[in-house]
Amino acid sequence: MSAPVLSVRRLRVEFPRRHETLVAVNDISFDIARGEVLGVVGESGAGKSLTGNAVIGLLEPPGRIGGGEVLLTGERIDRLSPEAMRHIRGKRIGMVFQDPLTSLNPLYRIGRQLVETIEAHTEYKGAAARRRAIGLLAEVGLPAAEARIDNYPHQFSGGMRQRVVIALALAADPELVIADEPTTALDVSVQAQIIALLKRICRERGTAIMLITHDMGVIAEAADRVAVMYAGRIVEIGAVRDVIGRPLHPYSAGLMGSIPKLDSDLDRLVQISGSMPRLTSIPSGCAFHPRCPRIFEPCAKLRPDLAPSGQSHVACWLYNKVPTNAEAAP
Amino acid sequence: MNLAPLVQVDSLGRVFDVSRPWLERVTQRLARQYLVAATDVTFSIARRETFALVGESGSGKSTIARMIVGLIPPSAGTVVIDGISMSDRAQSASRQVRKRIQMVFQDPYASLDPRWRAADIIAEPIREFDLTRSRAATNARVNELLSLVGLDPVDGVKYPHEFSGGQRQRIAIARALASEPEFIVCDEPTSALDVSVQAQVLNLMRDLQDRLGLTYLLISHNLAVVRHMASRVGVMYLGRVVEIAPAKELFRNPRHPYTRMLLDAVPHLDQAQERQGSVEGEIPNPLDPPKGCPFHPRCCHANARCRTEPPAMMAAGSASVSCHAVEEGRI
Repeated sequence: MSAPVLSVRRLRVEFPRRHETLVAVNDISFDIARGEVLGVVGESGAGKSLTGNAVIGLLEPPGRIGGGEVLLTGERIDRLSPEAMRHIRGKRIGMVFQDPLTSLNPLYRIGRQLVETIEAHTEYKGAAARRRAIGLLAEVGLPAAEARIDNYPHQFSGGMRQRVVIALALAADPELVIADEPTTALDVSVQAQIIALLKRICRERGTAIMLITHDMGVIAEAADRVAVMYAGRIVEIGAVRDVIGRPLHPYSAGLMGSIPKLDSDLDRLVQISGSMPRLTSIPSGCAFHPRCPRIFEPCAKLRPDLAPSGQSHVACWLYNKVPTNAEAAP
Repeated sequence: MNLAPLVQVDSLGRVFDVSRPWLERVTQRLARQYLVAATDVTFSIARRETFALVGESGSGKSTIARMIVGLIPPSAGTVVIDGISMSDRAQSASRQVRKRIQMVFQDPYASLDPRWRAADIIAEPIREFDLTRSRAATNARVNELLSLVGLDPVDGVKYPHEFSGGQRQRIAIARALASEPEFIVCDEPTSALDVSVQAQVLNLMRDLQDRLGLTYLLISHNLAVVRHMASRVGVMYLGRVVEIAPAKELFRNPRHPYTRMLLDAVPHLDQAQERQGSVEGEIPNPLDPPKGCPFHPRCCHANARCRTEPPAMMAAGSASVSCHAVEEGRI
C-alpha cells in the first residue's frame, strides 16, 4: 500500500504572546488517502481552518507550527522555505476558500488567471494553456466555457464563481485539494451542485480532498471519513456512517442531536450548554468536560488521547482505558 | 378568544429604484431600472402560531419582513396587524401599535450598540414606552428579562463584545421582549450561530412562545430550522410566494416544483449519499426576471403556458400553490 497523500502527525499550531503561548491546534494526527474526502467538522474556534492553513503553509504570523509533521506523499513539507512552499501550493495542493471573490482577482479576466496558473505550474504554454483552461472550465460545469473564459469575476454568479475557483485549484492537477467552507456562502440548491462536483472530481481524478466545514449535512453528503474537532483537538475520527449514525464522543453526539432534521417531529433539540472555550482558558483534562453531560472522575484531570473504539477513533475516557495511576497524576 | 388572524398581508409588493445617477443616465442614455423585490404577496398569521417564510437569497423574504414591521413602506398592498393598517401613517405611527411588534435580526454583532451596556440596551424600549414608573422598577424588569432569556442578571453591566454570539442573540431577544410584544419578526435569527448554539436559541424561542403566547414570523433559508419551528410555511421564489402550506404537509407532500427541488437539495444526515434528482441552474437575475412563471427556466414540468402566463395562487387541499402544472394535474 502506498503512502497516504496527506499525513499529519501530532501537528501543533501556536500563537506566542508576551507572557504565554496560546495553543490553537493541539497534537492532531490524520491521513487522507488518494481519492478520499476527509471532512473536518467543528464549530467556530475549533481550529479546523488553522489546520488547513498549517498544511498549506499559510498561517498568518504570529501563528506558527509549534510541533509535529506534515507529509505530502511521504515527504515533509512543514519545514520548507516559503519559496519552495509557494511552488507546492497550486501545483501539488489546490485550494478552494469560502468566498470565491477572495481567490479571484476582480481586475483580470478569469481566463488570464487560469492561464497564468497553468503556465506557472505545468508545461502547457500559450494557446495550449488556454485550451486546457477551457477544458477545465467545461469539466467543472461552466456553461459555454469557450465564450465565458474572457469574462471578469463580477460577471458570474456566486455558484459559477466557485466553479471557476475549483477549476483554478485543479489547474495543475494537484494530488490534494483543501476546500475550506466551499459551500457556506452559497444557497442550498447551488451548494448541492458544488458538492456533487467535488465528489465527481475526487472519483474521476483520484484527488484527495480535505473538506473543512461547520455543516454536518455537507459532510454526510460528501465525505468518506470525518474528523470532529473541539477546542483545537480531534475528539473523534472515523467513517462518516459511524460518526454520524453512532457518534461516540459526547460532543459529537450533542452536535448531531442539536441539528434540526427535516424528518423528525422532536419538540426540543438536544442542547449542549455553554459554548466553546476561548484559547486563553482551555479547561484542563478533556477540554469538553465542563459542558459534558457524562463527566466522571478522570475527565477534569487527564487529557484523553485518540484511541480506537469500534470502527472509529475517539478521545474520551468513556471509551479509553483510564490509566491506573489516574489518582496520582497531577 | 379572538379568532381573526393577528397579521393579514394583502397583495404586498415592493419595487426598488436601482437606476444609475441622473447624470450617468443622461450622458449614457440609460433607462431607469427597477428591481421588483416582492410582488403580490398574500398570507395571514394566526395568533400564537409560527409562520415561516423560506427561500434562497434574493427571494424577497427579508423585504417582506421589513415591510411588515414598517421599516420600509410597501409600493403596493397592505399590512393589517390586529385590525390596524400599518400603511396608514396616522395609525401605525401610534406608539401603541409599534410596541406590540418587535424584530430580532440575523447578526447579533451588528444589531447591538457596542457602546451600550447590555442592561441599557434592554432597558431602552422600557424607557421609550414608559412601561415602568421608577428606575428601580426598570432595573427589576431588565433583570427579569435577562433571567427569562437564560442570562445571569449580573451580566447586565457588560458590553456586547464581552458576550459570545449566542449570548448576544439572547440579549437581542430580551430587548425584543422588553416592550411586551405579541408579535416578533425573526429575520434569520440563528444563521450567524454555530449549530449547538443555534439549538439553544431555537429552544429558547419555543419556550418563550409557550410562556408568553407569542406569534412569530420566522424568516430563514434553512429548511430544517423551519421544519422544526414553524406551524405554517410560505415558500418564496423571486419575490413571489409559490406555495403556502401547514409545515407537516409541506415537508411530507411538497407540491410546487421549486419546493420539491429545495427539499431535494438539502443534504441529509442519514446516509442518502446518492441523491436521485439533480438540481439544475441558479436563481435568475431579479433585474431581469423570466416572463410567465418565474421558475419556468429551471422547471422540468414547464410548458408554453408557464413561459407566458404567471400562475395565480390556488387552493390544493390544505395548501395553496401557484403552479400551472399542479392546476392542470400534470404533476
